[in-house]
This record gives sequence, structure tokens and C-alpha cells, in this order.
Amino acid sequence: MTATRSAETTGLAVELTDLTREYGATRALDGLTLHLEPGELVALLGPSGCGKTTALRILAGLDHPTSGSVSVGGKDLTRVPANKRDMGMVFQAYSLFPHLTVLDNVAFGLKLRGEDRDTRTRKAAEKLELVGLGEHGTKYAAQLSGGQQQRVALARALAIEPSVLLLDEPLSALDAKVRTQLRDEIRRVQLEVGTTTLFVTHDQEEALAVADRVGVMNKGRLEQLAPPAELYATPGSTFVAEFVGLNNKVAVTVRDRQADVLGSRVPVIDGSVDDGPGVAMVRPESLLLEAGGSGPNATVASVNFLGPISRVYVDVDGAESVMAAVPSPIAVRLSPGDRVRVGVEQTPLLVVASPSA
Amino acid sequence: MTTSTNWRVTRWVLLGLFAAYFALPLLSMLDFSTRTPGSDPGRTGEAWDNLVSDSVLVEAIITSLLLALFTVLMMIVLLVPTMIWVRLRVPGASRLIEFLCLLPLTIPALVIVVGISNVYAWVTYLLGDSALTLTFAYVVLVLPYSYRAIDAALQSIDVNTLSEAARSLGASWFTVITRVVLPNIVPGVMSAAFISVALVLGEYVFASLLNLGDTLPVVIALLGKSEGATSVAASLASILFVALLLVGLSFFGRNNRARNENA
Repeated sequence: MTATRSAETTGLAVELTDLTREYGATRALDGLTLHLEPGELVALLGPSGCGKTTALRILAGLDHPTSGSVSVGGKDLTRVPANKRDMGMVFQAYSLFPHLTVLDNVAFGLKLRGEDRDTRTRKAAEKLELVGLGEHGTKYAAQLSGGQQQRVALARALAIEPSVLLLDEPLSALDAKVRTQLRDEIRRVQLEVGTTTLFVTHDQEEALAVADRVGVMNKGRLEQLAPPAELYATPGSTFVAEFVGLNNKVAVTVRDRQADVLGSRVPVIDGSVDDGPGVAMVRPESLLLEAGGSGPNATVASVNFLGPISRVYVDVDGAESVMAAVPSPIAVRLSPGDRVRVGVEQTPLLVVASPSA
Repeated sequence: MTTSTNWRVTRWVLLGLFAAYFALPLLSMLDFSTRTPGSDPGRTGEAWDNLVSDSVLVEAIITSLLLALFTVLMMIVLLVPTMIWVRLRVPGASRLIEFLCLLPLTIPALVIVVGISNVYAWVTYLLGDSALTLTFAYVVLVLPYSYRAIDAALQSIDVNTLSEAARSLGASWFTVITRVVLPNIVPGVMSAAFISVALVLGEYVFASLLNLGDTLPVVIALLGKSEGATSVAASLASILFVALLLVGLSFFGRNNRARNENA
């Protein structure tokens, strides 16, 4: 994705330094430090309550850190109120002003900046065109679908040519098909305008699909910050591994940087247990269900059809249950009770210390 | 088929009964106020003429309309910014504000009058004894109803998200209130205003017991003892005026919905 970015980015660098936010006894942010390169899209990913939204709101000026600082383009903004920060924001809840037309919504920020009528109408129309809603300028929010409303919200946020674009779970209220469409649209628009963007989401697929780098958050801290492919291939912790969908935990023994996983020898990634027993985080698509393989025998417990792939839960003889992601044409031939052999692909995997050890 | 026909008949009968219940007293008032006094049957517009020619009555009407206007203005100026501010910035205080606003509803008007007559000694000392000083008491009187109407309007929009969106686009708090929140609660503010007008035009206890000059209800009561027809004509006129206001109110509300739904 990085390759398609326009050369001369208009974005500014964003610096969140050692942010802490306490609400009474609860600590929503616990020393978060995050740096965004100019023009970069960073997604903050994590379960609800991990502090990702708090971080975004502090950057927006809608919340204030207990300690730590915020700076954009080298300018300290920690004490600057939200309306002086020049940041465009799209919210999870629909936030278009109901009493204004779509065009006036987009032009709202320009009007506050004292642009004359012609200029703001022209700029607002441009931004509406950018999100594919050029025809809908005279409508009111109530006449638009959810997806259209969020597009308008995006156009409105971009109209002020913000220093930073903030997206607070903008897709959560939408249905699955619109969500994927709009997700790709957001990325296209972001690359086109080149604004530094912070995208907060609890959906790992969303984060991996749009971001230059993904930050996985847990309990107010950043667990790992890496490009999507790297995060997926070399998760730094159990939490990250689970969050990016590597949910099979298999007891293994590590020897010579190789693990014995269900009878196969598989290399381990950096940060894994050096020697001895551990728990391997195995991704569902690394498990192969073969009729005549050499792996251990297993019994199919259930098959969930998900379209192109299916999830097959199998009980491995003498070991734990695992979930395999199998191409559906193969999965349709399986039914509960069938005997299969389980093979493991030679993709390096993370082995963490077993909880008891 | 017969069931639905039966239903239709029942519906019309019920509607007719209700219409009669409301309309008959009004028609009787109209009849009474236009009847020629004495034994010979005939019609006269004298009582209705008095509404614009009797100087005491005309003055009372003007006083009451001015009272309604000032009460509405003061209610809006006090209540609307307070409620928006509480919702946005100090949500913890919303219970307290609600309690304070609903309090006048639980205390009988007579008790309030006895209680504030001492306060009014100061008010008249400082501001003179014009009937318009009743505005202060009336603002308290209309608080519960206005609060409800405005609160309902505020609940129908996502005030917090809208104001955060406006803030991030560069709006000051003043702009948030005047250009974002206020335009979206206009129907609620209007209904608060109309209800306040209706209340003020019919208020008798405060005006009569605080003895601050003649408002319309006070004069109507007074006339009732000497010139029955004129008093009834004035009553009918004020009932019709308030009814028109309320019809206007529901029409206004509908217009507003139409804008939001017309696809």
C-alpha cells in the first residue's frame, strides 16, 4: 500500500509522549508513547477498554491527559483546546448536523474559518465528489444511509484540510458489506490527500487492511507497533497473537529453534522460548487436514462454512482441540465424526512460555 | 366486513361525543355573549365590541400578552443555555436541575404566593408595582412544563457527539450552542414557549393575590360580577387564542418532521 502514496505528502508528524489518563482509580492510559510519520496511517487496535479511544480523544483535545504531552508538526498542543487544534474527526456515532444540508455540513468548518460563500461551496463540493457523493449535496442527513452519512462525515473532516485526521471506529455502526467498501474508500482518500491519520478500531481485519502500521493496545499500553504483515508474521506476545487471529494454542517443546507441533518440526520466530516446553500460537490457516498425511489422527468436531474458507474444529488424539481454516471446496467433504490427519505448514511461529512453567 | 363497519361507526360516535363535549360549552359561551339582554330574543355584538373599546379590558389584554412575551423570553434565556450547558459539561448536575425545575409543580400555587409575597415587597420597592413584575413569578410557574419540553428535544439528538464534531471543526462553545444545538431543538423550545403563553394567559391566583394590577384573567373575573356577557366574550376570545397557538404548535412540529423525512 505504501507504494501508492503521493510523493509530496501534506501530513505532519504526530508525537504522543508518555500519555497517562486516570479516571478516579482506573487507569485508561498507562504511559502511551506513539509516533506517527507525516502522511502515515496508524491503526490502534485493541479490545474495548484498552485505551485506544482515550488516546485518540486526547489527540483531538476532547479529553486531557493526566500526564504526558501531545505535539503535531513539532508544536506542543497539550494545552490547546479542541477547536484550535485543526483536526478532522469522524465518529462512531452518526454526527452530521441534522438541521443542515449535506453540503452545508461539509462547509461548516470552512464557514467558521471565515471563507466566503463561493469558496466554501466549491471546496465542500470537491470533498463530496472525493467521497463519491457529489449528487447528494442538497439532502439532509436523515435521507442518507449509514454508509453515506459516514462518507459525508469524512468529507466534512477533510474539508478543513486538517493537520491530522482522526477516525474513531467510523465503520462500527455499518453492516458488513458497506464496512469493507468504505474501509477501502477511506484508505484510497487518505492516500490521495496525504493527511497523517490515526484510526481506532477493535476489528483486526480492518486495522490490517488499511494501516501502514498497526499498534495493538492492551490495558492502556502499546503491546506492539508494526506494519500489518510483520505484526501478523511475528507477533510479540500472546495477546497480540490472539488479537490478530492466531488462536490455536498447542503445547510444544522447543529444541534448536524448532518446535514439535503436532508431530511436525516448525521453526520459531525471535522472541520465542529458547529451549524446553512452551505454548505455540498456531494460525488456523497453517493447519492442513489431510487424508493420508503423516500427522497425528484427529476427529472432526464441527464445520462452520464462512464462504471461501470454512472453520473446521478437530479434536486431536492425545492432544488439544484446534481450529483449522480450510478452503471450502475441501471442507465440504468433511463432516463431524470423520477421521483426518493434521499437518502443520512450515511457517515460523511464536512459542511463549507455558502459563504453568 | 361487519366488524370493520361497526368499528367505523363506533369511532365516529366517539369522535362526535368528544367534539360535543368540547364544543358545546364554547358554543354556549358564544350564544351567551351575543344575546340581547332583556326578554326580547335577538343578537348583539356589544360584548365583543367591548373587547376593543373598554379601556380597562384592552389594557388588561395588552398586559397579559406582554407578560406572556416577557415570561417566554426570560424562560428561554434562563433555561435553554443552562440545560445545554449542564448536558454538555456537568452531566452530574442534571438531576439537581431537573428537581429544581419540577419543584414548582409540587407546591400549590396558593402556597407559593404566600411564600413569595414578601419577596415581592422588595420587587415592587425596587422595580415599581407594574403588573409586568409578575414575569418573575411566572417564569418559576412555567419552569416544569418548559423543562420537560426542552429536555425531550435535547434527548432526541446526540448532543455530545454533535458538539464534539463541531468542536473539532473549530467551533467555540458559544458557536456550538447557538449554531449546532439550538437549531436542532427549536421545536422543543417553541412548544415550551407556546405552553408558557397558554399558562400565563390563564393564570389567576398569582395575579389576583399579589395584587399587582389587572391581568386579563383578573379583569374577566371582575367583569363576571357586573357585565356577564363581556366577561364571557373575553374568556372565549382567550380560549380561542390559546387553542390557535396549540394548533400552530402541532403544525410547526409536523413541518419540521416533514423536512427530515421527505426523501
